[in-house]
Amino acid sequence: MPTNVLMPALSPTMEKGKLSRWLKKEGDAVRSGDVIAEIETDKATMEVEAVDEGVLAKILVAEGTEDVPVNDVIAIIAEEGEDVATAAAAPKAPEQKAKAPESAKAGAQGKADKQADQPAAAKQSTAAPARTAPAGADQPAPGRDGKRVFASPLARRLAKEAGIDLAGLTGSGPRGRIVERDVLEAKQAGGARPAASSTAAAPALAGGPDGAAVRAMFAPGSFEEIPLDGMRKTIARRLVESKQTVPHFYLTVDCEIDALLALRADINGAAPKGEDGKPAWKVSVNDLVVKAFAVALRRTPDANVSFAGDAILRHKAVDVGVAVSIPGGLLTPVIRNADARSISVISQEVRDLAARAQNRRLKPEEYTGGAAAVSNLGMYGVREFAAVINPPHATILAVGEGQQRVIVRDGQPAVATMMTVTLSVDHRAVDGVLGAQLLQAFRALVEKPAAILA
Amino acid sequence: MAETYDIIVIGSGPGGYVTAIRAAQLGFRTAIVEREHLGGICLNWGCIPTKALLRSAEIHHYMERAEDYGLSAGKPGFDIGKIVARSRGVSRQLNTGVGFLLKKNKVDVIWGEATLTRAAAGGKPAAITVKPTQKKAMQPQPPEPKGVSGPGEYQAKHVILATGARPRVLPGQEPDGKLVWTYFEAMVPPELPKSLLVIGSGAIGVEFASFYRAFGTEVTVVEVLPQILPVEDAEIAALARKRLEKRGIKFLTGAKVTGLDRRKDSVVATIDDGRTQQKIEVSRVLAAVGVVGNIENLGLEKLGVKTGRGCVVTDGLGRTNVPGVYAIGDVAGPPMLAHKAEHEGVLCVEAIKGLPAHAMEKTRIPGCTYCDPQVASVGLTEAKAKEAGHDIRVGRFPFIGNGKAIALGEPEGLVKTIFEKSTGKLLGAHMVGAEVTELIHSFVVAMNLETTEEDLIASVFPHPTLSETIHESVLDAWGRAIHI
Repeated sequence: MPTNVLMPALSPTMEKGKLSRWLKKEGDAVRSGDVIAEIETDKATMEVEAVDEGVLAKILVAEGTEDVPVNDVIAIIAEEGEDVATAAAAPKAPEQKAKAPESAKAGAQGKADKQADQPAAAKQSTAAPARTAPAGADQPAPGRDGKRVFASPLARRLAKEAGIDLAGLTGSGPRGRIVERDVLEAKQAGGARPAASSTAAAPALAGGPDGAAVRAMFAPGSFEEIPLDGMRKTIARRLVESKQTVPHFYLTVDCEIDALLALRADINGAAPKGEDGKPAWKVSVNDLVVKAFAVALRRTPDANVSFAGDAILRHKAVDVGVAVSIPGGLLTPVIRNADARSISVISQEVRDLAARAQNRRLKPEEYTGGAAAVSNLGMYGVREFAAVINPPHATILAVGEGQQRVIVRDGQPAVATMMTVTLSVDHRAVDGVLGAQLLQAFRALVEKPAAILA
Repeated sequence: MAETYDIIVIGSGPGGYVTAIRAAQLGFRTAIVEREHLGGICLNWGCIPTKALLRSAEIHHYMERAEDYGLSAGKPGFDIGKIVARSRGVSRQLNTGVGFLLKKNKVDVIWGEATLTRAAAGGKPAAITVKPTQKKAMQPQPPEPKGVSGPGEYQAKHVILATGARPRVLPGQEPDGKLVWTYFEAMVPPELPKSLLVIGSGAIGVEFASFYRAFGTEVTVVEVLPQILPVEDAEIAALARKRLEKRGIKFLTGAKVTGLDRRKDSVVATIDDGRTQQKIEVSRVLAAVGVVGNIENLGLEKLGVKTGRGCVVTDGLGRTNVPGVYAIGDVAGPPMLAHKAEHEGVLCVEAIKGLPAHAMEKTRIPGCTYCDPQVASVGLTEAKAKEAGHDIRVGRFPFIGNGKAIALGEPEGLVKTIFEKSTGKLLGAHMVGAEVTELIHSFVVAMNLETTEEDLIASVFPHPTLSETIHESVLDAWGRAIHI
């Protein structure tokens, strides 16, 4: 049987590379371990070794070819005594690529299997294709119909009952097969999603390196493994889904917040003291930002939306999520009707939700829904950053630190406290101008904050 | 300079040698320490030689039934010496085989008793000291293999304890090698005792009861729990008991042996069933009340390796609380079965290698008892399933409804299947009857692949075979059995 030599991957992320040089000619005898070609990417050069003995029957990709996709057949090795011409004629690379992506993957899989049995001492270069093969092999990769998912019968039945779409799960069974525990964990992590809405997202989620490939890049024992808990899995799944399916764009503005800080001081200064001597409230800059963002959303109702696949949902209430960091992850509890609530009430609610989020005591309805969120890393001195949208939100406001900066005012340098915010926007639901209008409204409110009290 | 390995496995029982071979396959430089016999208890004094003994018992039983099959063989006779010799031969053959497998996989064998002297830390490997074997070996014993390394200092990045277990000893029932036996002595009797008291009705107790009874010994089995084969499904255990009683074995359940009075060539045992006390005189006593892990003299205390209930505490992938020290098999806790040990060892080294590994699902480990009739099971018993709160469907199919069983002349047996009602998940399978130890794997595979009743029902089982009882039992759980 002729053996296909596949384009190896130098890294799990590599998709294409340059075939820089052939070291064997067609008709040359090759032995397992012989270097037959050199591959290069922008980062590295690697030798391709023969994994079988025989004769290099056919070179399918010429020397110097750029952008050769990983796992493409680059040459064919015929067994000794095999008719070289027939062997070479049998599989033609372009056809194979077009007609049967699965079989190319199956080829890679076959090699992976073989190499798995070899001692780890096998040269790095031989091992590399096996280690990175999972990109195509070990995952429930979309097949010809784009829908092939490997799952146990019990996992299928449980998923069906729970309304979980298997395509969105990562399998932990042999070769990435989805098994009972994966479905149970997804169910526990609140992963129950209506199957219909996520099928579109499924193929995109299937990619990525698998655990074995990543582990293989590090010496055994050089790391400690922290198993993924349900929350970490959900974060990984949802953020990959967001980044891969939500077209993000980003708008950044600087806001002068001296007036906001003065207002905060006034509000806190005016807090009546309770019997224990503690003030009745102590609002934070973030509470004011949440309030201002909510009012801005109220003033820009077309941006207070969710993209629902076949429609845009324009929400009647303005509910704003607040990203809260908790040990081992984060949650986004939602302040309902934030535009209509007083700042002290928002402050209290944020504090209460955050405290309960820390203890993982939130009810699902307290962290689901909303069309926008605020994420604030200002307290860590972050000047500006861009946040990942948490679907079904259409926007998320990333808030930086309030810093004294030199600005130009009326043609003169002046010192002001500036806060840079970046709005991440789901372009499917909110276009550039609309996003800019929302941010403009926000900035106006923050800079002239009396209006948020109105 | 001490020899340094990637992995040193301590103990070459089924867990240890399989672990070592898998480690070698994965490219680790591997050594295995053994103090007594390659293959451990399993090959030398456990699973394997008892199966050889029981095979003799089985054939003897068939010979006694020859007329049922239209054959005549006269009155069957036997020679206990030859029966024992055959079982030792079987052990010897496999013991040599293990040596060959280790050599083939380039696993170095170190002969002696190992003690951990240092855990791996700060880039320095763990250290072990191997001393000449102190333990007095049970005879007959194969000679020390050739080409092994001797006592000395050795180092390894990872040390895997696979030291196994030994018979549990209860106060007052200490084995003496002559009157009160453990499985060691029971396996090489110089002659058949006239009568035998077996304390404990687990797999070991019941198998020896079955063996000795087959050759005419008066056998009494005492079990402290109300059911024999206590880990098995109650219905299956009751059927097995009935069959064993029919063969002449006497069972005293819910009873304790409170005293053993050792005479010159007999023992008077006091048995208390909670209401009355009785004394019976027997030729020999077999103490078969379970096994305990071999955790002593390994240096575990010094290194701070956590132990509990006589075993090393591990995380399911063999890792102990001390980095670089692992434990698998019997010494890492129940179920104390060779196949569990093997699998645990493989998972352990694969996890060291960084391959994806999940701790074993203990409810998917099968158990087999080779008495006559055989008993085999995997998963939850009916009682355990209910206890766990499952809403269940139970299927039953008796051997009497199976053509092959009738043709074999083995119409007594039952296959019981337990499914979760809502999901069709196979929770447990329990079998009693001829050859069931060779049938249980269907359920093991089904369970491991997470098949539901649908897949089992859709599978075509060959006719005529005993395996059709598996299909029928599943069908019965859904009220669809054909042959009853």
